[in-house]
Amino acid sequence: MINTASLTTTPRVTITGAVKKFGDTTVLDGIDLQVRSGEVAVLIGPSGAGKSTLLRCINGLERLTAGTVDIDGVRLEYRESALNHMREHVGMVFQSFNLFPHLTALENITMAQTRVSKRSKADARDRGMALLARVGLAGKADSYPSALSGGQQQRVAIARALAMTPKLMLFDEPTSALDPELVGEVLQVMRELADEGMTMVVVTHEMRFARQVADHVVLLADGGIVEEGPPEKVLDAPESERARSFLSQIRADD
Amino acid sequence: MEFLNALITSWPTLVKGLTVTLSLTALTLVFSVILGGIIVALKMSKIRALSAFATAYLAIVRGVPLIALLFVIYFGIVSIVKVDAFAAAAIGLSVHSSAYVAEIFRSGINSVHNGQIEASRSLGMSRVATMSKVVAPQALRVVVPALVNQAIISLKDSAVASFITVDELFMSAQRLSAATFQPLTYYAIVSLYYLAIVGAMTYFSGRVERYFEKRG
Repeated sequence: MINTASLTTTPRVTITGAVKKFGDTTVLDGIDLQVRSGEVAVLIGPSGAGKSTLLRCINGLERLTAGTVDIDGVRLEYRESALNHMREHVGMVFQSFNLFPHLTALENITMAQTRVSKRSKADARDRGMALLARVGLAGKADSYPSALSGGQQQRVAIARALAMTPKLMLFDEPTSALDPELVGEVLQVMRELADEGMTMVVVTHEMRFARQVADHVVLLADGGIVEEGPPEKVLDAPESERARSFLSQIRADD
Repeated sequence: MEFLNALITSWPTLVKGLTVTLSLTALTLVFSVILGGIIVALKMSKIRALSAFATAYLAIVRGVPLIALLFVIYFGIVSIVKVDAFAAAAIGLSVHSSAYVAEIFRSGINSVHNGQIEASRSLGMSRVATMSKVVAPQALRVVVPALVNQAIISLKDSAVASFITVDELFMSAQRLSAATFQPLTYYAIVSLYYLAIVGAMTYFSGRVERYFEKRG
């Protein structure tokens, strides 16, 4: 793949020969992928294509059957201490938010800061409040997740991940569980994050987001990459028949 | 009238037995929580030998009648070191109850959605920190009401300790009925005692459940 802009930047994530099998089912069948520093990579494709699995292999939530993942040149290992160390700097946002229901919005954001990053309580609090303000939820610091809408919960979840000062953010269908009218507020936060130069890997069905924000669109199907490149190429002028049929299907759904 | 009289005059005798029953139940609760915690940790261990040991422990303890367990421990321990019947009963009841407490802990842990663990681990939180800061606080809402229920069962089970000569509440009633030839009266009275304590514990259990509901 020729991309002159990215030749000067270093790879943040390098996935080489990634294979993932669940029992006899092969979900990822030898994937090679690079995400450069500051780049927004969007993974699209039909359900069951392995998008979420690939994303979860990056921070070791799923263990690769074969192949390697390197983050900033450091090989992913599955030892507890190595995983914890890597994850400290790789944020993850889930489809179902997964906020801690027994903690307030602010406590959700401060817990790992004090326990993992060893920040003082006051520092963690200041940072937490600043991040809540940034995602537009300064007034909800003391609310429990059950008192927040889905969109608000997801914004708190993004703030929670950002609190660790990640160098890479992973988004696993962050708007799929939201009511349609709440999708925009979450995408807006993600858009701002991308504008600030955060390296992001996003699994989503939001084609407009992919078109507007992605530097790099990766279309997966049947465990492999069928098409990748800048959004205008992948979304508007796909070369493969598989990509064309997928894209025409989602257009029909729109 | 005669019953009322018996109820009042038997109080000094029964209250001594009641004290023994309550301390036996309290000890059982404490030790079965500790033992149950250890067993569930072993059961969930990735080391196969440890989890196999826990599985065997649960199968044996749950498969043997409490009274048999008490007899084995009482006569088994007495033959090695000299312990009194009360200690043997406390050990036996704790071991028996620990199997059920372990299951309560396990279902509490399993009640926490896996996404909670993934979210915590994704933040770089260790396995241990995830268990203590994320899983345990959420498991409590399932665990605490079930533990109160288990304490009620242990209270009633403690009557079996009379078989190994522990002078607890039920034993006191046995002695009274033998001395007066009025078994019905004294077994009815002692049943009222159990009923009253269980009633108090059930009330407490309801309060605990409401406390957790309020916290959302």
